[in-house]
Amino acid sequence: MLREIYQALLEFVRTFGALQLFFLRLLRHSPFVFVKRFRLVVFQVYNTGVLSIVLIVVCGGFIGAVLGLQVYSNLKRFNAEDTVGLFTAFALAKEIGPVLTALLFAGRAGTALASEIGLMKATDQLSAMEMMAVNPIPRVVVPRFLGGIIAVPILTAIFTTMGILGAHLVAVELLGVDVGAFWQQMQQTLEPSDIYEGIFKSVVFGIVASLLAVWEGYNALPTAAGVSRATTRTVVVTAISVLILDFMITASLL
Amino acid sequence: MASTKRRWRPKLSEKFIEVRNLDFCRGSRHIFKNLNLTIARGKITAIMGTSGTGKTTLLQLITRQLVPDRGQVFIDGVDIGKLNLRELYKLRRRFGVLFQNGALLTDMSVFENVAFPLREHTRLTNRLIRHVVLTKLHAVGLRGAADMMPGQLSGGMERRVALARAMVMDPDILIYDEPFVGLDPISMGVIVRLVKRMNKALGITSILVSHDVKEIMEVADCSYLISNGKVAASGSPEDMRQQLSETVRQFMHGMADGPVPFHFDAPDYEEQLLGRDEK
Amino acid sequence: MQQTRTVELGTGLFVLLGIGALFFLTTQTTGFGNYAGSDTYEVQARFENIGSLKPRSPVSMAGVTIGRVIKVEFDSDSLEAVVTFILESQYDRIPDDSDATILTAGLMGSQYMALQAGGSETYLEDGSEVLFTQSAVVLENLIGKYLFSSDSGDKK
Repeated sequence: MLREIYQALLEFVRTFGALQLFFLRLLRHSPFVFVKRFRLVVFQVYNTGVLSIVLIVVCGGFIGAVLGLQVYSNLKRFNAEDTVGLFTAFALAKEIGPVLTALLFAGRAGTALASEIGLMKATDQLSAMEMMAVNPIPRVVVPRFLGGIIAVPILTAIFTTMGILGAHLVAVELLGVDVGAFWQQMQQTLEPSDIYEGIFKSVVFGIVASLLAVWEGYNALPTAAGVSRATTRTVVVTAISVLILDFMITASLL
Repeated sequence: MASTKRRWRPKLSEKFIEVRNLDFCRGSRHIFKNLNLTIARGKITAIMGTSGTGKTTLLQLITRQLVPDRGQVFIDGVDIGKLNLRELYKLRRRFGVLFQNGALLTDMSVFENVAFPLREHTRLTNRLIRHVVLTKLHAVGLRGAADMMPGQLSGGMERRVALARAMVMDPDILIYDEPFVGLDPISMGVIVRLVKRMNKALGITSILVSHDVKEIMEVADCSYLISNGKVAASGSPEDMRQQLSETVRQFMHGMADGPVPFHFDAPDYEEQLLGRDEK
Repeated sequence: MQQTRTVELGTGLFVLLGIGALFFLTTQTTGFGNYAGSDTYEVQARFENIGSLKPRSPVSMAGVTIGRVIKVEFDSDSLEAVVTFILESQYDRIPDDSDATILTAGLMGSQYMALQAGGSETYLEDGSEVLFTQSAVVLENLIGKYLFSSDSGDKK
């Protein structure tokens, strides 16, 4: 029993170390790919970012709307409906925006990246590249990694904006909160540093979500079962990592 | 490219590829034990063996996608174990590999697949690339399919495209991994003919990994039979047919039981059925 | 080639949208830049207790926001809080004997500084100090006082 726990722990640390080395490998190739293979990166920004935009816009709008509704109904008891804008914007900019965008990204784009790379491996496409003397890391993995890193902060900004507009729609247009109060309260209390915190988080989450997606894909067992396992793991591991990191970043910035 | 050529100036020895005392284990399974074989320049060499004897593994060792536990692989007299990554990639440009299922890049058209090595390694103009690619596609009879995606092709066509791609850099060595598996007789005939033509017309050294005895007899100049991690027999296919060794006879004539047992290693049948091994 | 164009166009739009969203977030949801381009002048005020007044809290006069707190320090000699705030240059005729009070917006709201006009003929200018100040009303103290007085009320 103890032995098994020890083995599992050892395996975890080993995987973690391998992930770090993989990360360094990607970083080493990144400048070259970014400068010389920018086209590939653009294509992946399209693949991961542009194709996620509908999901992000719809989810952002509705989450903002529901937040507005909940916050409103609770604040009404204190006669403080005017602060609806403040509370929703605060929550969206600092926490909900970055975290939910990262989770949605993992579900929409992360799984696509993992299964794409996993399938390329399963169908020998990566070996074929190796044999054509093309290193698949800079050709296949790094553009996807960089594309994700670029896409996530942009998606987060769009998500947060949509959320605030959604809250505005519900609170101001439907529930009759004063427009001036809604924005005034928000602007008086929210500081640029709050927005920067959200951006910082989204950059970190972008790196983590993209890294885990390409890592799982690249290390998938080259079988149908292996690829499906890799996509599942992408979502699970990304969700856990993002939430833990979110807590750590928030705690360290307070 | 010029520098590559200089570095790898052919010494014109008969042995193009030499595998010396090769050992390789995967997990606890000993796949190769002290394996020795040579592949002659300009010939078609077949490597045969039953499924699971590690034929594909051998190809990966020759191209150093895998690293042997012991022993060396020489290509043109150079120990590829001593090459760094850069030199290895340079060396690999001299290889063309046809994978078991083609391994075309699924997100590109047929044309782009064939053009891929050119775009990655050369600075040819688009016009020149177009010219080269269409020539190669014409050679495999698929010029008309240039704009199709790999998903739209049949298995045989996929393999022909992959062959065009393997040839596009004008390699010195062409490696075919199970080129005949799962093809209808017509496609099979086409591939056999193509393999022969590549070798005869361009003098490309070819390595053919397969267990289709009939097709091998037709194309190969020389063949090796691998069994139990060793070379069990070698020689021209005709010689092989005449050989009396049990292993060779079993393989060449497709007998179910023999030195290669029908049953995989298992505990005693009666014991297991009666449940005596559960303790 | 047509496909490449679509990808590039889509990506370009996507990035522009992101920049737009970011611009919206930094300028519309925060007080960022409300006073950034405009001319301001700095004034100080000393308080015994500032409650929860913070940098960026608004400074208002007659209910209109005319400035913003930029710095809150503690003077260890006089044991007082020194609040530095900026006022917009267009409001340059505020009497220098005006008094500053720290108030709370609503029951639970954040605190802000309110100026009440005095009657002097000289006006506040850059570097001057508001001399008459009134400390923040600390809610806990109020509640304490209330409990205390109701206690004594019972005894009577």
